[in-house]
Amino acid sequence: MQSDGYIIKVDGLSKSFNGKLKAVDSLSFDVREREIFGFLGPNGAGKTTTIKMLTTLLKPTSGSAEVCGYDINSNANDVRAAIGIVPQEYTADEDLTGYQNIRFCADLYGIPRTVSKDRTKELLDLVGLQESAGRKVQTYSGGMRRRLEIACGLINHPRLLFLDEPTLGLDVQTRTAVWDYIKKLKLDYGMTLFMTTHYLEEADGVCDRIAIIDHGKLVKVGAPAELKAGLGGDIIELGIREDSDDLTPLIMQSKSVKGVKKIGSTYRIKAELGEEAAPDIIEAIRSKGYHVTRISVTKPSMDQVYLEYTGRTLRDAEAERADMFGQRVTLRRARSR
Amino acid sequence: MEKTDTSVIHGLWALTNRELIKWYRTPVLLFMTLIQPVIWLGLFGQAMNFSKFFGSSGLPSAEVGALLKGVFGVSDYFSYMAVGMLTFVILFTAMFSGMSIVWDRRFGFLDKVLSTPVSRGAIVMGKVFSSVVRSLIQASIVLVLAVLLGMDTGSITAAGVAGTFLALFLLTIGLSTFFLMLALRSNDWQTQQAIMNLLNLPLLFGSNALFPLTAMPPWLQDFVRINPISYTTDIGRQLLLGAPGFAPLGFDFLFLIGFSVLFSTVGIVMSWKLLTK
Repeated sequence: MQSDGYIIKVDGLSKSFNGKLKAVDSLSFDVREREIFGFLGPNGAGKTTTIKMLTTLLKPTSGSAEVCGYDINSNANDVRAAIGIVPQEYTADEDLTGYQNIRFCADLYGIPRTVSKDRTKELLDLVGLQESAGRKVQTYSGGMRRRLEIACGLINHPRLLFLDEPTLGLDVQTRTAVWDYIKKLKLDYGMTLFMTTHYLEEADGVCDRIAIIDHGKLVKVGAPAELKAGLGGDIIELGIREDSDDLTPLIMQSKSVKGVKKIGSTYRIKAELGEEAAPDIIEAIRSKGYHVTRISVTKPSMDQVYLEYTGRTLRDAEAERADMFGQRVTLRRARSR
Repeated sequence: MEKTDTSVIHGLWALTNRELIKWYRTPVLLFMTLIQPVIWLGLFGQAMNFSKFFGSSGLPSAEVGALLKGVFGVSDYFSYMAVGMLTFVILFTAMFSGMSIVWDRRFGFLDKVLSTPVSRGAIVMGKVFSSVVRSLIQASIVLVLAVLLGMDTGSITAAGVAGTFLALFLLTIGLSTFFLMLALRSNDWQTQQAIMNLLNLPLLFGSNALFPLTAMPPWLQDFVRINPISYTTDIGRQLLLGAPGFAPLGFDFLFLIGFSVLFSTVGIVMSWKLLTK
């Protein structure tokens, strides 16, 4: 429908809560038709807030965006009709069966009952839930719930599907299965996918392009390979026993070193041909009487890209996430009581 | 783009039906909402036996009957309060419809609904209509129980019952939208529960559901006269018991129609504006 080949166009999108907390800060980016676009960032970076604005669940404080050719502010209902959403939480009605949930979604999209009957069957097949379609959702496992959410998100045959953390809290096996569906969807339906995830290796393998967002701001957009190349070489990590002195100038003297970042007693050194640069650096450090306690050389990965642009390791983000997930489980228990 | 039926009715029906499926699949909910009015009928209504109170003081029973008729409009208190209980069950069900939207928001279900093109007004009205169906069924059960427990059936006619249920229908629409409006933006069920507890008894005692307004202090009478519960009860007493009302039937109905139309209009407008944060 778009002549320029972009299905999402975001222009200066911002959202503040209670007038001060800026969750999203003048974001601008475009998503191309039929690509898988990944949105990466630490917890609280503004990923979900952005998705909620693009899916018309939140009104932007300022800025605008066009989704499937419609403005999210002035043509919200057209946006809603054109997109599908697989939210982060399990939003199906637990007291209804899987089948009833999908039919219900179809009704909300105004799909005629005769059409939705066949389509529901087709989607249950696609996500492999036909056996348990007649059971209440409260008896479903996490993976089954996620698959049900995917089926609901596809009921209107959307041109653009939003997936917010589609594999959050799933075991490895189910995660693989979900990724398989996602790739299949892109092929079968020619859809564009916009997703957030914190599984970097998966984003690396699945996404055509990735945007990294932190503190509500866009820090980098590009194809995974581009981002990795942009790191400018390998990463050498050095642990030094004497962490009171700053050895950055000393390390910078080595010829292939491009940059140094001191994090506590550890130095992250960017260098071309890391395995050759490392011995030189160690030599230089030792000659000044310092002690190297640890060394590692890594080729660029999405992990490093992430760390480079957000200053956080994946492990930090993972820990925060575990907290959040725990809270959600508690909430769910409180309800079922 | 495929052809879709985006008429309000399609979505409204789906949303109403979803609530009703949840309700009849969980009989314990029906049971819980009926406990309160049944306790009032069975314990309070049966024990508050004015004819016995006065009869035991040596007054002739004819005079006791006349006395009660003068105060309540009927010669036994049980029939009087049984009609009040019909409105009480409506109040209770309506309060829970506000609660249900808080749960929907809390568990992301509301976000799912809001992300579809379904009419925002239908989201609120679906809850209102399911609350109407629920409360009318519950009111019928309470009415049958009241008759079994000894409510005076001397003046009951089919038209009277129909008129009473029309009044109950209007009351549910107005009260449900009122409680839903209070909950539109809330995701805190504890606050919602507190609001319910806060409003529950004032609305009940600030009406003529249990006592006639003639004996009330003037400031309370003023409140009773603006409380839509009073007009519903007034219609029930006139049509089911043949008792004189505090307002003419026509005025009662006009008041209720105004109340339900006003609140549902405001409710729909507010849901356009307030459901999306």
